[in-house]
Amino acid sequence: MPTDVERWKDEIYGNDIREHLFRFAEEGWDAIPDDEHDEWFERFKWWGLYHQRKGQESYFMMRIGTPNGVLEPGQLRTVAEVADEFARGPVDNPEFGAAYCDWTTRQSIQLHWIKLEDVPDIFEKLEANGLTTQQACGDSWRNIVGCPVAGKDTHEHVDAWPVAEELHETFKGNDEHSNLPRKWKVSVTGCDQGCGQGDINDLAFEPAEKHGEIGFNVRIGGGLARKEPRFARDVDIWVPEEKATDVAAAATRLFDDHGDREDRYNARIKYLVDEWGAEKVRRVLQEDYTDWDLESAGDDLRDQYTYNAGGDEHGDHVGVHEQPDGNYYVGLNVLVGRQGVDDVFELADLADEYGSGEVRLTQRQNVIVTDVPEDDLDDFLAEDLLEDYSPDPHPFMRGSIACTGTEYCSLSIVETKNRQVRYARWLKQNVDVPEGVTDFHIHLSGCTASCAQPQIADVSLRGMKTRKDGDPVEALDVGLGGGLGENPQFADWVEMRVPADEVPGYIQNLLAVYEDQRRDGETFREFIARHDEADLQGLAEPEETSYEDPYMHNTKMTWYPYADEDDMDASPAPTDGDGETISADD
Amino acid sequence: MATRLRLLDDAAWVSVNDERAVGTSEVWPVADSFCSCALAWLVVEAYVDVGADGRQVEARAHGHCVSCGEAGTTAWLPVGRVTDDGFSDVTGVRRSRQGSPASACCGEP
Ligand code: HEM
Ligand code: SF4
Ligand SMILES: [Zn+2]
Repeated sequence: MPTDVERWKDEIYGNDIREHLFRFAEEGWDAIPDDEHDEWFERFKWWGLYHQRKGQESYFMMRIGTPNGVLEPGQLRTVAEVADEFARGPVDNPEFGAAYCDWTTRQSIQLHWIKLEDVPDIFEKLEANGLTTQQACGDSWRNIVGCPVAGKDTHEHVDAWPVAEELHETFKGNDEHSNLPRKWKVSVTGCDQGCGQGDINDLAFEPAEKHGEIGFNVRIGGGLARKEPRFARDVDIWVPEEKATDVAAAATRLFDDHGDREDRYNARIKYLVDEWGAEKVRRVLQEDYTDWDLESAGDDLRDQYTYNAGGDEHGDHVGVHEQPDGNYYVGLNVLVGRQGVDDVFELADLADEYGSGEVRLTQRQNVIVTDVPEDDLDDFLAEDLLEDYSPDPHPFMRGSIACTGTEYCSLSIVETKNRQVRYARWLKQNVDVPEGVTDFHIHLSGCTASCAQPQIADVSLRGMKTRKDGDPVEALDVGLGGGLGENPQFADWVEMRVPADEVPGYIQNLLAVYEDQRRDGETFREFIARHDEADLQGLAEPEETSYEDPYMHNTKMTWYPYADEDDMDASPAPTDGDGETISADD
Repeated sequence: MATRLRLLDDAAWVSVNDERAVGTSEVWPVADSFCSCALAWLVVEAYVDVGADGRQVEARAHGHCVSCGEAGTTAWLPVGRVTDDGFSDVTGVRRSRQGSPASACCGEP
């Protein structure tokens, strides 16, 4: 029996949703029939709009997909203007203020508190400036990710940016591929560092050489969600640059036909690859979906990958780096990827003043200002804004990533971003950084969907609950030793249900053990890898410290965790286009 | 009137008549659960099934007992009632009944 979601998608999906979206926007929130809420909110995702969680009805999260994280000159200012005008909620966030932008782990942008009534104005403004929310969510080709400095990197072997652009242009808004069984995430990399994170995407293009030519090896079936993480599997295919789009179309059609539409849990292609094995995937691609002879895989560059590989890395793009044209790019650290809107305006100004105006987003939730001439570097680096968004951040600030969490997300179990900000600050003040550690990855996800990519961090944190002094409190499962590189590794989950206020103490104790027991020159990841799972459990103890956590109560049961009156009943939602509460008996 | 029941967003929440009724992240005291505790404290991580018996809405939830750490899926537990003003949650200790509700939903994730 087809699922409800598949039935709704059969009726109306893809580009056709837009006219309905605009009609509802015109007529107001109340115009969506009461018995059609679920189906319309499912469809709106395709246009980048995700209904916020219980207590925040009528408000939407809006995602803007920026291929490869590239914001062309002027686009960052557009995003700031949209956030400033339209992304203001009923209550401020205590860390980030009234309006802010989130830079996401897939090089996209997320805004919150968007009202349906404002959507046409927002789309008009975005589209006039070459930006779109199309396919940012939903069962479709999502935003294409890749090395964020493609075209600007001395490590590059193929300029992957034109390839990413061509894929984007081919598959965005393409009716033939607009209704897939589930999300479809693609990564393209041309550099030898591995910073496209291809291993955790559904479809990955990685640089490889064959016949003396650099093209791409293809991998299929990576992803992190649902306690079922998979690395993309090597399907033994090499394509020259000009065939990348064709093979991508073939793989998409295969997914379209064979992905499981009966069971959404089983729909991602990672499960099909589990079932078939890589060889069958290749065979079916060749026999049923391509009209040329697929070449076997070429020589890849994986043994050179440094990105999130545990050792020395240029990988995260933070810092000052020379471009092939002699200019510089400067990567700035944005703690948990969230930036108040005044700072975003300031960043856009600085990018204009010192660079070409272009800004790029990384998969570590950071930003990069490109094209800064050598002579202007010192002045740029002396700007006040860079004190808060440093090109040379403290290792704990640098390594922190957090997802959306209970603030807005209906899947979440715990509060995330504000907590991670407090963790990073406390760790910076109280914990000695072990010798040689410049970047310590702590990724916090509010649930098993793993939007913050916890399984590929040094310390993985995942939302949970426990009981403390008799009361249910927010807690985290803790994993250790994940990362990418030539031999990627998912974290081992070693401490379960640690009360959230004891996690900083755990990390402090853990790093003391590492400092004490590490062998000469051993990285944290090597240190963890040397221990077996039994030894890792109990390697360090959770502990209360001077760290204080204001979010221990069940933040999901509030309408907004930071409101003074946070009871579900105190929620102003749903509201109309002016933000006024719509009463239930209307 | 038939009650529309769905599990949405990877079964993170139960929709009752197109409204968000209950979600993940709640901690329920549950008598006779899948663990050995007399009273389990169940953190709900996902729903497995939802159904209704008249106005009573019931669900099977997947999660952990936060007291003992055991993970599993519960029997049918009451989650709330459909009233003339909408959905009202169950509070307090939950107990499973024998059997399953008369009308289970399609198990839509
Ligand atoms: C069925 C529900 C969801 C699933 C299974 C899911 C899963 C994921 C996964 C696995 C990633 C990490 C990227 C990867 O490694 O592939 C991701 C990214 C992300 N998710 Fe979710 N997620 C869901 C719903 C949500 C919701 C409701 C929100 C917020 C309101 C959210 C916010 C994000 C953000 C901010 C990212 C980062 C980047 C991006 O795609 O641009 N997710 N999601
Ligand atoms: S990891 Fe879970 S809680 Fe965090 S944004 Fe993703 S779906 Fe929401
Ligand atoms: Zn128990």
